[in-house]
Amino acid sequence: MTTVSTMLNALPAEHRQRLLRIAREVAFPAGTRLFEEGGHADRFWIIRTGSVALDTHVPGRRSPVIETLGHGELVGWSWMFSPYVWQFGAGTQTPVRAYEFDATAVRSMCNDDTALGMAVSQWVGRVLAHRLHAARTRLLDLYAPYGSGSGMRR
Amino acid sequence: MTAVPVPYRVVARWTESPDTATLRIEPVREPLAPFVPGQFAMVWAFGRGEIPLSVSAIPTTGGLAHTVRSVGAVSEGLYAAKVGDVIGLRGPYGTGWELEKAVGQDLVVVAGGIGLAPLRPLIRDTVADPKPYGRLNVLVGARTPADLMAKVETRQWPTAYTGVIVDRPDANWVGQIGVVTKLLDRAHFEPHRTTAFICGPEPMIRAAARDLVHRGVAPSSVRVSLERNMRCGTGHCGHCQLGPLLLCQEGPVVGWDQAEPVLHTREL
Repeated sequence: MTTVSTMLNALPAEHRQRLLRIAREVAFPAGTRLFEEGGHADRFWIIRTGSVALDTHVPGRRSPVIETLGHGELVGWSWMFSPYVWQFGAGTQTPVRAYEFDATAVRSMCNDDTALGMAVSQWVGRVLAHRLHAARTRLLDLYAPYGSGSGMRR
Repeated sequence: MTAVPVPYRVVARWTESPDTATLRIEPVREPLAPFVPGQFAMVWAFGRGEIPLSVSAIPTTGGLAHTVRSVGAVSEGLYAAKVGDVIGLRGPYGTGWELEKAVGQDLVVVAGGIGLAPLRPLIRDTVADPKPYGRLNVLVGARTPADLMAKVETRQWPTAYTGVIVDRPDANWVGQIGVVTKLLDRAHFEPHRTTAFICGPEPMIRAAARDLVHRGVAPSSVRVSLERNMRCGTGHCGHCQLGPLLLCQEGPVVGWDQAEPVLHTREL
């Protein structure tokens, strides 16, 4: 299944409400750095409006953008797995409004309530599966021209 | 339909990307029968040969045009054609998108790179007369920003959602980055009453069609344009055979319910 698992459709209502109760509504202007590769992953976000770019550090070059994330999408999953270190950097491309979650608080809630923990794990797992699938599809070079005429050199 | 190429004169030419150009053409004498969006012609570069090219515009919405990417001797000759040059056309051949069967449906158009060319007349028809249809969504993906065609026109189409995404951005790109199927999350459509139209490289077609079916769009309502080595256009030579399908006649546009089984057959 390649559908993005947004928080709204991935979590049962009761768990969604519990998480949203500890969320902070935040707003960032365009060009704000949310986190840097290698930093401590102590929070995550659900985008309400705007877009966020994930990038990676290449020494001596401008950080290339790997992917952009938009409405309803999860920004940051490294908070869920030890050693809680960001794998990429992230910055806002446009003005962004988002729900911000404290990772320690969410992990604590998940430890205390196994049903919530399972639901959150399922949700993040589906997001990771979707992004892995997208990454593999891109590795295939989606726009490679085999079967589209140029292979025949006509 | 004629087996002999009919002369057409290039009346306008513009580049879509560094290796791709669109030629607007008019008949020198008697025209061919009208094309419908999705159909193709065998297009001659005199002295070089002919290649199959889908129509990228039709007379009712902008004049007959073909878009060609320079990848070999024939396409290079067509790409290099200048205003006033004469090329040859045979056709029309093959099946169309059959937009008329999508009345009352939401429309999802998914294009990869110059796969937008065969879809453009379909989009223009919808934009010219939107009332019979539900919401129009146009999703365009390309490897790089340079591979995007019709950039200005794409932004002008009045759609429920237009999304453009690239796989490998350059320094100036400020749009979305990722795979074209990602745009389906932003599109506005009710899967069970949606018709989708997909054109582009085959890996992209497969990814997009699979995703749409996962979301609940009926496989028969996912129309894809397949490309094979069309030579005669009349179903005689067999070069374009794909399993039970002769794509020059039963294609290039087929339903995903027909296309998926043959695309998943190894060594076909």
